[in-house]
Amino acid sequence: MASAEGQQHPLGIYYKIWILLFVLSGFSYAVDYFDVQGGMRWALVILFMFLKAGFIVAIFMHVVWERLALVLTILGPPSVLLVLIGLMTVEGKYAEEARFNYMGHDRNAVALSPSDLHGEGGEHGGDGEH
Amino acid sequence: MSEAKAIEGSPEGVTGLVDDWSADRQAYQVPWGKAMMWIFLVSDTFIFSCFLVGYLNVRLTTTAPWPPQSEIFALSFGGAPIPLILIAIMTFILITSSGTMALAVNMGYRKDKKKAFWLICATAAFGASFVGMQMFEWSKLILDEGVRPWTNPFGAPQFGSIFFMVTGFHGLHVTGGVIYLLWVAFRVKRGYYDKKGFEIIEIAGLYWHFVDLVWVFIFAFFYLL
Repeated sequence: MASAEGQQHPLGIYYKIWILLFVLSGFSYAVDYFDVQGGMRWALVILFMFLKAGFIVAIFMHVVWERLALVLTILGPPSVLLVLIGLMTVEGKYAEEARFNYMGHDRNAVALSPSDLHGEGGEHGGDGEH
Repeated sequence: MSEAKAIEGSPEGVTGLVDDWSADRQAYQVPWGKAMMWIFLVSDTFIFSCFLVGYLNVRLTTTAPWPPQSEIFALSFGGAPIPLILIAIMTFILITSSGTMALAVNMGYRKDKKKAFWLICATAAFGASFVGMQMFEWSKLILDEGVRPWTNPFGAPQFGSIFFMVTGFHGLHVTGGVIYLLWVAFRVKRGYYDKKGFEIIEIAGLYWHFVDLVWVFIFAFFYLL
């Protein structure tokens, strides 16, 4: 389908994907807004992320309509990154455990939030006036 | 670009792949500018991936507690702070701009120069407002909260370095994209592409969608997880 006339498609599909991206972003934000935690948070955030990324690449960037020669050039090399991600995860977890177990780092340390630092009622209540 | 025209009856799928890659003159049957933009975007993917994989490793190995992003990027509009609201607005703005860009590409191929011009300008305006909000976010973190690349009051000092590096590099891409889009928009308006064809809008669009795509990953990994 790719040719000198370029990628011409009916407008409807762009509107549909546009709305879908809004809905998926809304879902991602809802995960944080409703404070979903643990494995469910990871699963939902990554699911919505891949759906959004997939629709942007496939429809907005027209990859689904390109010839296989170009599609593989685009998606092939980055897929090797999965190996790097896997290796760095294994290495990172090992380093973290080593720091807890042999270097005396505190496993139960807790981060501070802005409300801890600025007192109750959130960060200096007049934020809306910025 | 006449040589970019797909060979009539050239097969799709794997047979087409073998045909394309064993072709005499060119493997990619798209305008050369589009092929080059894709090559650039693939290389840019690796740059952002280096940052994000670096972040993954730092996040795993850092034993100091990671600062609570949801509360740090909260904003209150008079009432109680709403978690992560500024980032959510920025996300929606970038998606809106991706939509206007997709429409601009379509209008370009319909040779509707006027609509294409205004849609590209709208895309650039959304992009500029995104950068404006990012500047607000940065100044709030730097001036009000005292976040630095080497320290912050909340927890792991690595938070600051990752934040400034990743969002800064993405912001630079958006800024560059705004300039690029405006340049293309005015050339479209002046009739520079009337004879050459309007692939340039699709090529600029690829860059812009890529910037949105990177933000999808930053939003998920840096702000949500």
